Amino acid sequence: MNVSEIFDTMEYGPAPESAADAWAWLVDGGARYGHFIDGKMTEPAGGFDSKNPATDEVLATMSQATEADVDAAVAAARRAQPKWAGLPGHERAKYLYALARLVQKHARLLAVLETMDNGKPIRESRDIDIPLVVRHFYYHAGMAQLMETELPGREPLGVCGQIIPWNFPLLMLSWKIAPAIAMGNTVVLKPAEYTSLTALLFADLCREAGLPKGVVNIVTGDGAVGEMIVRHEGIDKIAFTGSTAVGRRIREATAGTGKALTLELGGKSPYIVFDDADLDSAVEGLVDAIWFNGGQVCCAGSRLLVQEGVAERFYDKLKRRMDGLRVGDPLDKCIDVGAIVDPVQLRAIADMLKDAPGDVHRAACDIPETGCFHAPVLITGLAPSDRLMQEEIFGPVLVASTFRTPAEAVELANNTRYGLAATVWSENVNLALDVAPKLAAGVVWVNATNLFDAAAGFGGVRESGFGREGGWEGLLAYTKPRRRAAALKRIEPVHPPAEAKVDGLDRTAKLYIGGKQARPDGGYSRAVWSGKGALLGHAPVANRKDVRNAVEAAQGAAGWGRTAGHLRAQILYYLAENLSARAGEFAGRLRDLTGATAKAAETEVAASVSRLFTWAAWADKHDGAAKGVPLRGIALAMNGPAGIVGAFCPDEAPLLGLVSVLGPALAMGNRLVAVASEPYPLAATDFYQLLETSDVPAGVANILTGRHEELAPHLAGHLGVDAVWSFSSADLSGVIEREAAGNLKRTWVNHGRARDWSGPEGEGRDFLDAATEIRTIWVPYGE
Amino acid sequence: MHDPAQTASDRAAHGAAAQGGAQLPQVHETCNPGMALDLDWVLSAEANTSAIERRAATLPGRRSVKKEWQAAWLCRAITLIDLTTLAGDDTPGRVRRLCAKAMAPVRQDILDALEMGPITTGAVCVYHDMVKTAAEALDGSGVPVAAVSTGFPAGLSPLNLRIAEIGESVRAGADEIDIVISRRHVLTGNWQALYDEMRAFRAACGEAHVKAILATGELGSLRNVARASLVCMMGGADFIKTSTGKEAVNATLPVSLVMIRALRDYHERTGYRIGYKPAGGISKAKDALTYLALIKDELGERWLRPDLFRFGASSLLGDIERQLEHHVTGRYSAGWRHAMG
Repeated sequence: MNVSEIFDTMEYGPAPESAADAWAWLVDGGARYGHFIDGKMTEPAGGFDSKNPATDEVLATMSQATEADVDAAVAAARRAQPKWAGLPGHERAKYLYALARLVQKHARLLAVLETMDNGKPIRESRDIDIPLVVRHFYYHAGMAQLMETELPGREPLGVCGQIIPWNFPLLMLSWKIAPAIAMGNTVVLKPAEYTSLTALLFADLCREAGLPKGVVNIVTGDGAVGEMIVRHEGIDKIAFTGSTAVGRRIREATAGTGKALTLELGGKSPYIVFDDADLDSAVEGLVDAIWFNGGQVCCAGSRLLVQEGVAERFYDKLKRRMDGLRVGDPLDKCIDVGAIVDPVQLRAIADMLKDAPGDVHRAACDIPETGCFHAPVLITGLAPSDRLMQEEIFGPVLVASTFRTPAEAVELANNTRYGLAATVWSENVNLALDVAPKLAAGVVWVNATNLFDAAAGFGGVRESGFGREGGWEGLLAYTKPRRRAAALKRIEPVHPPAEAKVDGLDRTAKLYIGGKQARPDGGYSRAVWSGKGALLGHAPVANRKDVRNAVEAAQGAAGWGRTAGHLRAQILYYLAENLSARAGEFAGRLRDLTGATAKAAETEVAASVSRLFTWAAWADKHDGAAKGVPLRGIALAMNGPAGIVGAFCPDEAPLLGLVSVLGPALAMGNRLVAVASEPYPLAATDFYQLLETSDVPAGVANILTGRHEELAPHLAGHLGVDAVWSFSSADLSGVIEREAAGNLKRTWVNHGRARDWSGPEGEGRDFLDAATEIRTIWVPYGE
Repeated sequence: MHDPAQTASDRAAHGAAAQGGAQLPQVHETCNPGMALDLDWVLSAEANTSAIERRAATLPGRRSVKKEWQAAWLCRAITLIDLTTLAGDDTPGRVRRLCAKAMAPVRQDILDALEMGPITTGAVCVYHDMVKTAAEALDGSGVPVAAVSTGFPAGLSPLNLRIAEIGESVRAGADEIDIVISRRHVLTGNWQALYDEMRAFRAACGEAHVKAILATGELGSLRNVARASLVCMMGGADFIKTSTGKEAVNATLPVSLVMIRALRDYHERTGYRIGYKPAGGISKAKDALTYLALIKDELGERWLRPDLFRFGASSLLGDIERQLEHHVTGRYSAGWRHAMG
């Protein structure tokens, strides 16, 4: 076409970014790659091809890691870890800074290679992925620098196994590696088999940065290699970003091993448009929500909810906009939507769309005839009951439905198993800020979408996983409190005496469910004896139906999470007051139950009163944060309750243990289903009388008694429970973590390690973190 | 509904076939008759500044035009320029020089190398006193004369004089009248007054096309820009234009986005296509390409013709000429190699 013709048509024409330097790098590497272990590349071995999905060209041959490779990588990381952690923070900061600068210096090469390997438009890799990688290393260089002063009492986890997805290969690498090594961990990272190249180029940069050998190790391969990492005994922590199905398997595989785990999984994130929104801007937001990276984004705004009155107009605008999207060569600088990562993924998307209900609008844009491309699609007129409204498609497909009122918008938005991100469009600040915290999502964007920054936590709730990446909260995933915990001894109930001593009037302890005393569903009770052979009473034996009832009661008390901290503080203080008033009686009970001395029993009661004060104090002081993100606006880190917490209370401290669990849970607005100390349940059944008289709303705190091992699978497996804690002396950690895989609830278990309930270990930061879910709410502003 | 757009595009097709060559056919949309002031519509217009700024900031990174395409786009940009002089020291000689440049904006050897036919700028834009000079200088060239009017740039002279000024300019040979709105009507939310004023200006223009200058840099918010755009279109503006070039902030991409979204809505609801003219501050060829991409993406190719889009610019042409020579020779050019306007 000549200039004169183009002058008439005003077509865009090609604007290719050169791939020459990236090809030169591949050729220099021999186009065959081994693994990066202990500071050097291993000899390439048999493996698989890495292809450019836009052209089907083979870029390089990668090696499939063997058990021996993974062993070598873990061993190298293990050897390097103590010295790396022992470096002053400033020394680690210098390495992270060097990595940030090196990524910056090779920014274009990394961007081009990423686009060739993954198929995302060069605009995205160049303007979004790589700058965020740089930002992550800068930010965490700062965290290494500040660790000693700002995180006293915390230490690295050790060797971290990190498994990352193919949608943001280098960006996910940086999200994983930067915080890990900043905190003194060493890593074995596995990139996705479709997209390993930028990780290997990053290995070059590690060498150029002079990073000590073994601090970063990279092994390539498919899911089998991921599984080797997950099951490896030499690894202390697994961090995984990927599908919910694989995340669930990892949860099951690591259950009971003591490995720390964070998961960042799938989503079906709602994108809510109210009728007072700037509709054109909301349409443009959708381009960045669902057609960014071809919709292959875990937090993609893939579920559009539009207020009914503007829906048709909005859909018209949206269709017009999507028809103008340019789909094609990802290396073209004038392309909006690039290639789908692999033919396998393309087929998966097509399969999801087969016989799709609703009105399907396929964007009227040109699609390349060869290569792995998919047209942008909008499907309107769907109902929540349609499969496409529920399941993640992971492609450029937007599904839509309408709502009538803000309350219905929230209800529809939260009508999902996932909880990663959400978007709200409204020009009404009252409406937007009211709705944002009500959404079940780890990240909420107001009048914007897909904003990311190293300072702002990112991560999900529900089946979108747990743990945060970025910000101070992200460091929790790579550090642990510095403490040496002894093994926890199993405490058995006191055996029935040969000759029972019975006196006084019979008292009947019950379960406490929904603010009422309830007989156990099974109709069984267990006699509780003192060490001296006195019959202290009978504790109900709860079964799975009692668990169900207690959780239902907790679900009915959702309003507790919306109460003001001041109110929760008053109630906890009141509990303390009432406990103090009956201190003598509770001390007597403890003496009888555990055989403690009078002094020890009095001390436990006094400590319990103090602990309630601690949590009453915290109830209105666990402040959120306003993050310094590079944007005119604020990213709020808002602390909210984790939700419904199930807790197996410590056996050894029947009152203080219960209070130590109940305090933080209630203070942060959670609802609690507590299973009392199994051998000494009667302190807890006495305690519910305090709950009844201290203005604790019905359903907020529920108390079960019974056999921990019998109840654990039911409480941990309950799909309506958001978190489970166990301090039981029974060996529950494995079963709880395994059962938690069902809805990927958060777990906090003791792995058979003891905790000193009377001291600082019995309260503080760990409890606060476990009882809190941090939601990042982005509010850009400007008139 | 009556669809004047259809007629106009028919004529465009016909014109292109009849004329051939590279010069765009001189088509015009039917004059916008306007409509009754619809305050419900006006007041429902929203503009989220932060989101609009993000869209504007990422646009240059999303669109890129290279090689022959870039040369062609730059030639098109030239045909969309209102070559402008609005200075206190303008003289007939200066204006004639500018008109000569408007009729021959690019060196012939460069056009030959590009295999482009003759092109002209979109119009020449002057103050009233220079209209007659410009009209004579441009006679027969097909290049229209635009006159800034109505107490430009502040628009604070008596209303009857502002209306009379339009008539004077039309009689002097102006094809297009660039009026300035009373910013105070926007700032006080007096949409009725703004509408009435626009109606009066529209009537005074007669057959001449009327461009409404919003002086967006003085309207306080993008929401006001959106609402003022709608009111002016309802009042009969054929074009909406960002600024006089005399405000502290003139044409910007965010402001442009708001205005073209408003005129897209107007077209969707009434069937009338309104033109857009960013003015002031656009001086680089690269900026011009970004604007054209913005218009193409948001409004479509139809809006990339002189009857629906103009750059109000004085120094942009020089940069485009240098870029075109670079395209032809592969070497960077210098200003003195191109004729002055």
